[in-house]
Amino acid sequence: MFDFTPDEWTAIGLSVKVAVAATLCSLPIAILAGYALARWSFPGKTLLNGLLHLPLVLPPVVTGYLLLVAFGRQGPIGGFIYDWLGITLSFRWTGAALAAAVMAFPLMLRAIRLSFEIIDRRFESAASTLGAGPIATFFTVTLPLAAPGILVGIILGFAKALGEFGATITFVSNIPGETQTIALAIHSYTQAPGGDAGTIRLAVVSILIALTAVIASEALSQRLLKRTSVFQ
Amino acid sequence: MSVRGILDVRCAVTLGAFDLDADFSAGPGITVLIGPSGAGKTTILHLVAGLMRPERGRIAVGGDVMADTDARVFVPPHKRRIGLVFQDAQLFPHLTVAQNLAFGGWFARHKNGLPREHVIDVLGIGALLDRRPARLSGGEKSRVALARALLSSPRLLLMDEPLSGLDDEKRQTILPLIETVRDEFAVPMLYVTHARDEAQRLANRIIMIDRGRVVGSETLG
Repeated sequence: MFDFTPDEWTAIGLSVKVAVAATLCSLPIAILAGYALARWSFPGKTLLNGLLHLPLVLPPVVTGYLLLVAFGRQGPIGGFIYDWLGITLSFRWTGAALAAAVMAFPLMLRAIRLSFEIIDRRFESAASTLGAGPIATFFTVTLPLAAPGILVGIILGFAKALGEFGATITFVSNIPGETQTIALAIHSYTQAPGGDAGTIRLAVVSILIALTAVIASEALSQRLLKRTSVFQ
Repeated sequence: MSVRGILDVRCAVTLGAFDLDADFSAGPGITVLIGPSGAGKTTILHLVAGLMRPERGRIAVGGDVMADTDARVFVPPHKRRIGLVFQDAQLFPHLTVAQNLAFGGWFARHKNGLPREHVIDVLGIGALLDRRPARLSGGEKSRVALARALLSSPRLLLMDEPLSGLDDEKRQTILPLIETVRDEFAVPMLYVTHARDEAQRLANRIIMIDRGRVVGSETLG
């Protein structure tokens, strides 16, 4: 039963690669945006918040289409990236990673923003009276105290990136060995006669990867929470 | 050294319906700010520490201007070298006691040479170094918070009702420690309390605060 075909192995490997790349690229931006939304007030904040959450509420096809228009080789951003960095996004795994990152971003952002909002800011005041400037305070106090929430954001984002389907297939199509992740491979199986066994194999793999990620994050965040809690 | 010179405060700030207009100086030793709750004592500490900006006025420590609204000077808290012991200690929960104590040293550009071992000794916290703040009692937290502030090499130490969360027995064990700190380390302190007995026991000078104004002062020794 669990004799994976080479194409299935490729799809599994590609899914992990895409999800890891998507998560790592979104994380710094989500931390910056989460901090900005939690702490700063600036004109257009409500609009920015809405825009950042758009991928969560838009139909994924629409997000995929917008990515295609903007990041295609001829698109305004895609053309620029190709000319200056030599990176093609459309119909490549890098594009799949971008689609997954965009779809995962709002979930990461929500968890991270909340974790900054609940920090007792008097800890930061204490740090400043001990001689720590704003940047030092951020890295020695704020970020460690937000760590459990950031970890939750990473896991949610990773899980979303791993299972992303709609935006990915619209933006980078379903190309075995390049953009065909587990979700897309399952889709192909369900479209062809006799694909049941393959569907089940890949479905089980999805469940295992997702479960491992969630359990690992739970264990880690318990440990972090224990470390950062004020009370026993 | 004259009384004027260690801390000179003459500033005003309005917070909603509350308006503070404070004018006083503090000399060496312990200056106690006493008054009922809501009188503006903590606000004064936050103004001196730089956690709050005055709307008008001037604050100087040891002759250095920390804030002066006329000259548009405002030194941020991390550049003031003014320690603050918070009412509820505010120890960093993700760091051990030892790391909490080391925190100020990570950023100090000036060392006033308070020896770490001696401070730990005087405050009796040597056995707590590996613990996290969550595993400390209230009295232990107060002592660690005081040690942490001292080890950040402050030229002035602000204390915001450091004993308010403790029962009477604990207060009686920590009061002499504060006196020892005053005598051993010669750091001038501005000490906020609403307890008359604490003020009488610790103060070189008492400044009475009520409804945002200085309403009297008394020099004890």
